[in-house]
Amino acid sequence: MSTVAAQQETKWWSGGRSPFNASYGKVMMWYFLMSDAFTFGAFLISYGTIRFSQNFWTDPNKVFNSFPGFGHMDLPLAFVSLMTFILIASSVTMVLAVHEGHKMNKKGVEKYMLLTIVGGIAFLSCQAWEWTHLLTGEHIALLNDGSLSVLPTTTRMNPWGDEIPHEAMLAALKTTPQDQLVNIASTIHHEGASHNLAEMSNTQLVDMISAAGIHANHTGPIAFGGYFFGITGFHGFHVLSGVVINIIMYIKAKLSHFEQRGHYEMIEKAGLYWHFVDLVWVFVFLCFYLI
Amino acid sequence: MSEHIVTSPEITFAHAPAEGTGRIWKIFWLLSFITVIELVLGFGLAKHWYGDPETSHTAILFVKGVICILSFAKAFYIVSVFMHLGDEIRNMIMTIVVPLCLFIWFIAAFLWDGNSWKTLRNRYNGKPAQIEKTIPAAKEKGAKD
Repeated sequence: MSTVAAQQETKWWSGGRSPFNASYGKVMMWYFLMSDAFTFGAFLISYGTIRFSQNFWTDPNKVFNSFPGFGHMDLPLAFVSLMTFILIASSVTMVLAVHEGHKMNKKGVEKYMLLTIVGGIAFLSCQAWEWTHLLTGEHIALLNDGSLSVLPTTTRMNPWGDEIPHEAMLAALKTTPQDQLVNIASTIHHEGASHNLAEMSNTQLVDMISAAGIHANHTGPIAFGGYFFGITGFHGFHVLSGVVINIIMYIKAKLSHFEQRGHYEMIEKAGLYWHFVDLVWVFVFLCFYLI
Repeated sequence: MSEHIVTSPEITFAHAPAEGTGRIWKIFWLLSFITVIELVLGFGLAKHWYGDPETSHTAILFVKGVICILSFAKAFYIVSVFMHLGDEIRNMIMTIVVPLCLFIWFIAAFLWDGNSWKTLRNRYNGKPAQIEKTIPAAKEKGAKD
């Protein structure tokens, strides 16, 4: 038999035959993904360590509770569920592209790669909206010096501490400088031109804010912003590079490169990376939004 | 079975391509279903149990534990079916899975460390640790006499 002859010629452990019955590129993609899993794991575990070391940690449902087009409605988990389903769906289209590749169906590979790319771009757009919303959305917070201020959610500060009692807020208003009072008042009246507010006296502003019945929080744990933007950013960068890889694969499929090669294994390797991105999101979603 | 596409001369036998996409869709619905359960539990945490002082700490921890286990189930299905690791040969699977067992120690040790950090900080609250030396010293004196 021809296989016996082939085995005699093959040097088993010095190349020529894979002990894992998989190509070098695919095995190395697996090991790269394993090392990447440790990188993400280390980030998420360090977040867990810091979170466990604090007496107070931000309730994610208060931070991530908005949905584009729904204004100030309290919708915890809604937007991030949409992002999760987008990523699961794009994972399915990716595995369907690999499936079509096995069948050497060029048109099918192209169709599903395109859908996967669209899913990736949709996910990135959602993340861009979420980051913008956090970085620009200002909330009233009690600073350490006892005055109130409006803070966005950044890596240096965030307004997501415990809620302060109404009396404490009224007391803090008295020590708040005028420019901050104007900022706070402008969060109540979005349409009101800020120069009109700037002309008002301190007492007028304090009365207006007190009457509005607004809430204020302590400043939140500083590490919250750094971990959130750091880890979701690192994941988002993986999604971005995955989209770029998928676009390259789409173009190569379109140019019949894989058809000439006789197999679509590159689609499988790109698929491994793309599924890994989905896998990491499962844990990012778990650690930052669900628990 | 010479029809199989051999992608590389290193590969001795090629997997037969899956017949249909039924398995993929089954896993898709399973992942969606698990995600929906997670969301329901997460929504429960958000709306009912989290800020409510009546809810016991253990109950919240239990719900969070269930959500974690569901996430691991999702991870298993993604790796095993979507990434086709389940179809690879056993030695290959082991070289991936065995190193990842390091995570068991990694997670336990570092969460423990964080908790211990909190306990110590709360106990001493910024003050230097006070070493109790009066009692053993008095005992020593007594013993000498």
